[in-house]
Amino acid sequence: MSNMQMFWTIIIIAVAVQTTRWLPFLFFKDSDRLPDAITYLGKVIPAAMMGMLVVYCYKDYDFASISSALPAVIAGLGCACIHLWKRNTILSIAVGTALYMILLRLF
Amino acid sequence: MTGYVFLGFAFGLLMKTKGFPTWLPVIMSLVVYSGAMEYAAVPVLAQAFNPVGSFILAIMLSARHLFYGLPMLKKYDGTGAVKPFLIFGLTDETFSLLSASDVPNGLEPKAYYTAVTLLDYFYWCFGSFIGAVFGGMVKFSADGLDFALTALFIVLFVEQLKNKEGKISGSAGLILSVIALAVFGKGNMVIASMALILAALLLLKKVIVNE
Repeated sequence: MSNMQMFWTIIIIAVAVQTTRWLPFLFFKDSDRLPDAITYLGKVIPAAMMGMLVVYCYKDYDFASISSALPAVIAGLGCACIHLWKRNTILSIAVGTALYMILLRLF
Repeated sequence: MTGYVFLGFAFGLLMKTKGFPTWLPVIMSLVVYSGAMEYAAVPVLAQAFNPVGSFILAIMLSARHLFYGLPMLKKYDGTGAVKPFLIFGLTDETFSLLSASDVPNGLEPKAYYTAVTLLDYFYWCFGSFIGAVFGGMVKFSADGLDFALTALFIVLFVEQLKNKEGKISGSAGLILSVIALAVFGKGNMVIASMALILAALLLLKKVIVNE
């Protein structure tokens, strides 16, 4: 891609992202009279979405191959454990990523 | 929030080691401002120009934002002139933080939402810039650096499991997304997961609310 094409690709992607961010606010204008179901979903949906994002990140690993999936699984569990223990976001991300990069070179 | 500095740094570094110019990750972070999307765009930018394909991919991957507005509809009411910026910056991290927590005692909601959104935006863009500059100075193999995104989502997921509602909803999200991935494949998993999660949460409403 030329620089100009990269620039336009970024603009197109940005428009798509912003469309999805704005739609719920444009659709439900009157926040005082939200349907019961929407209020309920607003409460429970965040946890489910984060679960989906974790699975999304693991979709490209080949779970039939130990060298592809195992480092990601171990690093992911390590990251979760250290976060449950210390509750420090930057530490958990740094340790998880470092662990993955090391394991990737060992397997 | 500081997790975004690290993640932005990793993104800038990754782009640079893939041979992209320094300005590209910075512009992407300023304009696109979506962690998952920017990481997913790296291979797209390395291929031939495909505006329609890029748009469809971005819509599919960003469709989760359609749900992000729901808990924020009421919270962002009365934020006036900053509301467009708050909506612009409703990323996974900002959403996770603001939807889960109440406004700390003594703070005005509008000021709190604006500060969190602004700081996340700054951390992310600043991190991307530093990462891109750093990536131009050193030479090393950045293989696996993109795991920073996975790590962030794992952290955000763990944070959501604090109460019983979160545990049920979080487990449902995880399990249904695995099913969606297995049945509908990589390309359709985001939309398929969202449909399954929506159906399951509505069906489980009585169970979850009565807990």
